[in-house]
Amino acid sequence: MVDAAQEHTVKSYAEELKRLSGMITRMGGLAERQVADATEALVERDTDLAALVVQRDIEIDQLEREIEAFTIRLLALRQPMGSDLRVIVAAMRISHDLERIGDYARNAAKRAIVIAEQPQIGSLNGFQRMARLVQENLKNAIDALVNSDVAKADEVWAADEPVDEIYNGIFREMLTHMMEDPRNITAATHLLFIAKNLERIGDHATNIAETVHFAVRGDTMTEERPKADASAYAVIRPPQ
Amino acid sequence: MNGTMTEQTSPTPGSPPQGSFGGLAARSAAAVNPTARISIRNLEFFYGSNRALKGINIDYPERQVTGMIGPSGCGKSTLLRVLNRMYSLYPGQRATGEVMMDGRNIVAPEVDLNDLRSKVGMVFQKPTPFPMTIHENIAFGVRLHEKLNKAQMDERVEWALTRAALWGEVKDRLHGSAMGLSGGQQQRLCIARTIAVRPEVILFDEPTSALDPISTLKIEELIDELKQDFTIAIVTHNMQQAARCADQVAFFYLGELIEVAPAAELFTAPRQQKTQEYITGRFG
Repeated sequence: MVDAAQEHTVKSYAEELKRLSGMITRMGGLAERQVADATEALVERDTDLAALVVQRDIEIDQLEREIEAFTIRLLALRQPMGSDLRVIVAAMRISHDLERIGDYARNAAKRAIVIAEQPQIGSLNGFQRMARLVQENLKNAIDALVNSDVAKADEVWAADEPVDEIYNGIFREMLTHMMEDPRNITAATHLLFIAKNLERIGDHATNIAETVHFAVRGDTMTEERPKADASAYAVIRPPQ
Repeated sequence: MNGTMTEQTSPTPGSPPQGSFGGLAARSAAAVNPTARISIRNLEFFYGSNRALKGINIDYPERQVTGMIGPSGCGKSTLLRVLNRMYSLYPGQRATGEVMMDGRNIVAPEVDLNDLRSKVGMVFQKPTPFPMTIHENIAFGVRLHEKLNKAQMDERVEWALTRAALWGEVKDRLHGSAMGLSGGQQQRLCIARTIAVRPEVILFDEPTSALDPISTLKIEELIDELKQDFTIAIVTHNMQQAARCADQVAFFYLGELIEVAPAAELFTAPRQQKTQEYITGRFG
């Protein structure tokens, strides 16, 4: 996470930067696990696990507050410059992204509890695939930060399209289930929200990748990110 | 006092790139005023056989502050001393290359040093008031260059003290000794003495390293005001000071100019690894 071409003259400052890096890694790991567990709870209809996910979100929120306080402290006391400044500002931004990811995972888990009591509709394969992609992007984004790996960050940034495509598929599928049988509407609506949550988590992972790019290189990505979320234009016609 | 200096207006000096997170580091040449007051090309400087400056190329934009940073012995103070030919006082020191100002190469041997030093003023690390009255401290230098009657001289003294943000504090004791002033006031008196001869360029060599934080901020505020009329070069060991004061910052290392860039750029996303290591405290 820190440009380690040469060690800091002030050792305690270097220690603090390492500690900050550790906090972000821990928060990233927690967020990844929340996404994985929320998805498992949904697929396995495991309401205990879903309740646990809801409860564990507090840890992520707590870490966000700690990181924010710590970064403010570093800015005030160390007056960072150059790569140190960028890394500290990046840590603050990334902690906000991870906090949102935690919120989306918690929301998905809450909905999984409701869905467990509804009739099963269709297959949940799409959700599993989407969750896997999103977790991988999230993990790669955090790894890119820890290893100052711009190439990896750029890969994550460009890898969100398949997530959007799965989301489009789920969107159409759920509308179809609702049209087929109104008793599906409750479950299908919650499932739609869960899919949207996963899609948003993917977007936050690309935000993190952009921030990592800035932290390491000092410039920002100017190109438009490739996106494929077409659900805003989707129309499903009822059967005649 | 003819008032021409106070009426000189300048286009608003370029502000550092602003805006979002990304904008902070946006590469932009717009912050640099295109007109160079001093243009240095291929400057080399020697203390005897020791080459202290190596192939320096840099422009000092008109009515902007150029900060010069780098570890001790990097050549930044040497370069400052080239700009007013201070080194000519010492045998065995010489400069080659071009330092162009007003179409003349100021390191050429035929340059009139008194004339040059009236155009390029200098303020030192420790305040150096003369053991005279406050009024005399300022009038002394002016008399070397201009013949003014008493009313004109009084006007000039008031103008210089006002520009140096000291008039209000000393107007009732102009004929008291300058040695009775506080450190911060003495430094502002030295600035007043420098601008009284109406130079084009002012060189500051660590101007606040002997001052308390409030006096330091007053000097920095003063530098910000003075750049409306003067081109300023400041050597400082305090990077935060360079960040606060300078429009462009130059980083020197072992006699070479490593990087020069708008301050917001150099301190957030420097291009050179050496600059990066220095500003983040990894060497020096």
